[in-house]
Amino acid sequence: MTGIVWLHRKIQDAFFLVVGSRTCAHLLQSAAGVMIFAEPRFATAILDERDLAGLADANDELDRVVARLLERRPDIRMLFLVGSCPSEVIKLDLSRAAQRLDRAGNGDVRVLYYSGSGIETTFTEGEDACLAALVPEMPAATDSKPSLLIVGSLAEVVEDQMLRLFSAMGIDDVRFLPPRRARDLPPVGRGTRMLLAQPFLANTARALEARGATHLPAVFPLGAEGTTLWLRAAADAFGVSPARFHDATSAAEDRARRSLAPLRETLAGKTLFLFPDSQMEISLARFLAREVGMIPIEVGTPYLHRSHLGPELALLPRDSRLSEGQDVELQLDRCRDAQPDLVLCGLGLANPLEAEGFTTKWSIETVFTPIQGYNQAADLAELFARPLRRRARLMV
Amino acid sequence: MQLAVWTYEGPPHVGAMRIADAMRGLHYVLHAPQGDTYADLLFTMIQRNERRPPVTYTTFQARDLGSDTADLFRRAVLDSHARFKPEAMLVGASCTAELIQDDPGGLAKSLGLPIPVVAVELPAYQKKENWGAAETFYQLVRAFARRDVAKRTEGRPLCNILGPCSLGFRHRDDIIEVQNLLASIGVDVNVVAPLGASPTDLSRLGAAQFNVVLYPEIAGTAAAWLQRNFAQPATRVVPIGVGATRDFIAEVAQLAGLPVPHTTESRLPWYSRSVDSTYLTGKRVFIFGDATHAIAAARVASEELGFQVVGLGTYSREFARDVREAAAKYGVEPLITDDYLDVEAAIAAAQPELVLGTQMERHVAKRLGVPCAVISAPVHVQDFPARRSPQMGMEGANVLFDTWVHPLMMGLEEHLIGMFREDFEFHDGAAPSHLGHAATAAARPEVVVPLSVAEEAPAELWTAEAERELKKIPFFVRGKARRNTERFAQERGLRSINVEALYDAKAHYSR
Repeated sequence: MTGIVWLHRKIQDAFFLVVGSRTCAHLLQSAAGVMIFAEPRFATAILDERDLAGLADANDELDRVVARLLERRPDIRMLFLVGSCPSEVIKLDLSRAAQRLDRAGNGDVRVLYYSGSGIETTFTEGEDACLAALVPEMPAATDSKPSLLIVGSLAEVVEDQMLRLFSAMGIDDVRFLPPRRARDLPPVGRGTRMLLAQPFLANTARALEARGATHLPAVFPLGAEGTTLWLRAAADAFGVSPARFHDATSAAEDRARRSLAPLRETLAGKTLFLFPDSQMEISLARFLAREVGMIPIEVGTPYLHRSHLGPELALLPRDSRLSEGQDVELQLDRCRDAQPDLVLCGLGLANPLEAEGFTTKWSIETVFTPIQGYNQAADLAELFARPLRRRARLMV
Repeated sequence: MQLAVWTYEGPPHVGAMRIADAMRGLHYVLHAPQGDTYADLLFTMIQRNERRPPVTYTTFQARDLGSDTADLFRRAVLDSHARFKPEAMLVGASCTAELIQDDPGGLAKSLGLPIPVVAVELPAYQKKENWGAAETFYQLVRAFARRDVAKRTEGRPLCNILGPCSLGFRHRDDIIEVQNLLASIGVDVNVVAPLGASPTDLSRLGAAQFNVVLYPEIAGTAAAWLQRNFAQPATRVVPIGVGATRDFIAEVAQLAGLPVPHTTESRLPWYSRSVDSTYLTGKRVFIFGDATHAIAAARVASEELGFQVVGLGTYSREFARDVREAAAKYGVEPLITDDYLDVEAAIAAAQPELVLGTQMERHVAKRLGVPCAVISAPVHVQDFPARRSPQMGMEGANVLFDTWVHPLMMGLEEHLIGMFREDFEFHDGAAPSHLGHAATAAARPEVVVPLSVAEEAPAELWTAEAERELKKIPFFVRGKARRNTERFAQERGLRSINVEALYDAKAHYSR
């Protein structure tokens, strides 16, 4: 559900309506409500007792709520009904409701459904569920000419850089999922080669494969090495010659390596402990170990998709402990035992660990910051160097 | 189903967490799905706590639903007891766990822990955060307050301070103010609860002669129970504002059997009397928040700052009657709702020059381009400041003066904009210059006319000349002027509004 906090900015004409409890509404506003919204882009249809007792017809209620919403926000082009724990537990059929509302919307407003419930998804998996819901809406590619589809929310500046790099290699038909506007969904078909930009997109990838797309296995584009390997996966699939690939990427890769050098001074040899949060932990640990010399002690991930993460795992230092899922108390015990120099963790743990004397980097920032690609390699390392530098600098 | 763009309160289990987090020696085991741990952030980030809240979640997932979620709960209780060794334990369910009906209270009791276990039933689909906090605090007081504690009868009078808790709006600093106030008039404090109190501290509640209830939304239920069972009367005045603080002191003195003392004053009365504040007279202010803060704000706005209250409302349905009474005093229609869109519509219709509300009203105020200050929860991280900033007592009144006047355009600027309208730097669309570039209200909608009014008075009613003349009225009262003129025209059956009609209306409604 937290995915909504960045997805509403990525797809600007979409609105996210969670069907759930007051807890869901509270979660969203606690996360995003520090910004002041003249025009909110998400809301909750809060279930009450009448809904649970079956006294109110869920479909009528939903129609009423959606009508009120669209009346206030006629500019909405795509409406996501987002399932929650309560709506899943009472088996509210939001998928059919979305289809019905979609038909009623006469094409002015597309209505789609996905589940962002805590019992089924953690954190970034919400984006996976959202993108997977977009896949059936993508137009069919008219021919089987090879095209490249980049999957996963990326910062706009990163997308533009990637387009320039691919263009230099001669790959011009490059599209992104999600698009910036809900109506600009890219086509998909047998010629589609998909390159995942994020590691948490298992369901989206599966749905795209079902529509004929081919997954290009690769490490994720974090760091100079990571970006090169990621780009090369596409280059190989499109038959780009090694020389041309080298011409297109080497200057940018060199620049990225140069930009990382000063950060290496702060980070090399420092031990790192990663709590599970976003599924980006393995890629982050790989980058920090190989490109700036950090030592990952434990790498936690909420969920490990082995086939998508295979290339990453092969590059992870052998003595890093890998843990999937979590028991937070036991993991805290291990963290305290290990006394790492830097801890990557969620905001619920960050301040308490700082107060215990640990230096922390809060993990959600890796989702909110442009970190992919050559020009962001140093920015990514900087995210980890900054808390260490700050701790060294403060005299109070 | 209720469409909630923003919600004024969290679910009731968040209220229970606020009590558990405020206290010491108490651990809360919450049957809840994975993901509900987001609530930790409220404490570690918004309130910036240095420790995790004392809450263990069962964090069940979809795959657990097929098996024994009750066993998951039992293990969580045993593990957290072994790990945290609390004095007492609180158990309950969140909204999703309420649906699967595992009965946390019964399960926990069957484990035979060597410590007291208090179960709280919080109906998540009926009740909300403040109710959850009040119910939890009440259940804890019932469970721990001992009847064999002797009431102090000699020496200085003794009272309890009830209500301050975690994530309360300025609770941290309010208690300091009120404690100083009580000390200055010769009253001792027995227990402050829930903030900082342990279950053992709650056992001593009975020693006090009376209770000071600072936040009725949190402590009202417990105080009423203490009044019935321990014969402890409770204060009814909440000391927010100069007048209310004086009344509060008189009430405490009376309960304590002391003469009403002469107390040190706030700077608010002089600041408000000084000529610099004359332009505040009759500023139209819309007030919304929890009942306690909204009622207090209305009195301060009206009696102490000379504003005109044009709207007063609350999301605390439990205190609707009090707010209705207060609204009657200011001659405004009370607004009792937890629907953000209703509040937004009411503000748009009232066309205030200042909104005193919650974090949610800041969204409305941004949309309407109206200055706004926060007076009540829900709030976000900015309203847990590092500096001392109470709302209560005499220092609290100083804080209120600064906070509420700050967003308004300052007097000189207001005059000059009224005189010279086409300045390239200081103009209608620009935010007050003392706010920097903060709120460049380029998109400030000139008037947001609510639907009902728009239907009565279509735009073509206005002649071009009158429309131009309307623009010469300062922006912060222009919406009101437009509405009044349209009403005036409608009442007199005018076909169109010309400049004369505009000024006729102005004379008619002259304030």
